Amino acid sequence: MHFDTLSDFFAMGGYAFYVWFSYGLAFSLIVILTVVSVRDRRNLFNQIRSKQVRDQKLKEYRKGNQSNEPKA
Amino acid sequence: MWKWLHPYAQPERTYQLATKLLPWFAVSSFITLVIGFVWGLAFAPVDYQQGQSYRIIFIHVPTASLSMTIYMAMATASLIGMVWQLKLSDAAAAAMAPIGAVITVIALFTGSFWGKPMWGTWWIWDARLTSELILLFLYLGVIALHSSFEDKVLAGRAAGILTLVGVINIPIIKYSVEWWNTLHQGATISKLEKPSMDTEMLIPLLINILGFALLIAALTIVRFRNEVIARNTMRPWVKELVAKEAQ
Repeated sequence: MHFDTLSDFFAMGGYAFYVWFSYGLAFSLIVILTVVSVRDRRNLFNQIRSKQVRDQKLKEYRKGNQSNEPKA
Repeated sequence: MWKWLHPYAQPERTYQLATKLLPWFAVSSFITLVIGFVWGLAFAPVDYQQGQSYRIIFIHVPTASLSMTIYMAMATASLIGMVWQLKLSDAAAAAMAPIGAVITVIALFTGSFWGKPMWGTWWIWDARLTSELILLFLYLGVIALHSSFEDKVLAGRAAGILTLVGVINIPIIKYSVEWWNTLHQGATISKLEKPSMDTEMLIPLLINILGFALLIAALTIVRFRNEVIARNTMRPWVKELVAKEAQ
């Protein structure tokens, strides 16, 4: 271990602000990118699913019109 | 000889391969980065000139160096996509652009937060910093082009052209510290010469470069899978996948 005490470690020889801001920013941006990338997949799947439901409804509606039966 | 590669022109096969590879890259990048950061932050010796502030190097150098590597990977994918009309290649390029942009932002900001205590300024329009900023704008332009067209093939071509034109910026970034008088220091690690830093600092730095590379690979796989699905929404295998995930 290079530092003698934990507070020495956090003080970073007086450069705490610069060092910890750099690490914090890098960490936050990578976490955000990861979360957004994973969430994109879920949104994409939901979009595909709702389009499938829409297409299915449209198909049923057209079938109903062709048979000329009064709709409930 | 190259026949084993042919099935991977099919989106389904490549998607499955990506799914298989993802956990390996994710886990290995996490382990590598934890080792690299703990070593770099707590165990590496202090710099005799810069004091503890130099510890920013363990983020700044990997991200700055990889911001150029990602660009070259993206340009290679774009070139293949344009020459052989391979849609998967365009998907890979589209997946890499946002990752490159984020990595470049990290390189610029950590550089700024290192420059302030060491140089006395957050920013200076010297060749290295300016060309790296242009790299960020190129990434943003590529992202914008990918999202400006409903037709993904057209988007891939437009973004690909910008990407290939922008390749000229990469040697400018790399050699800017040699070609011009810059405030930015020269290369610390080079292939031919002995690195100009202590082994105890060099090892965690190399570990972190590897860790960031693995992390970028993992993120590329995550985004690549999304891009492949977005380009194949009407295919039976995607419908199956969506149905399976809903359960």
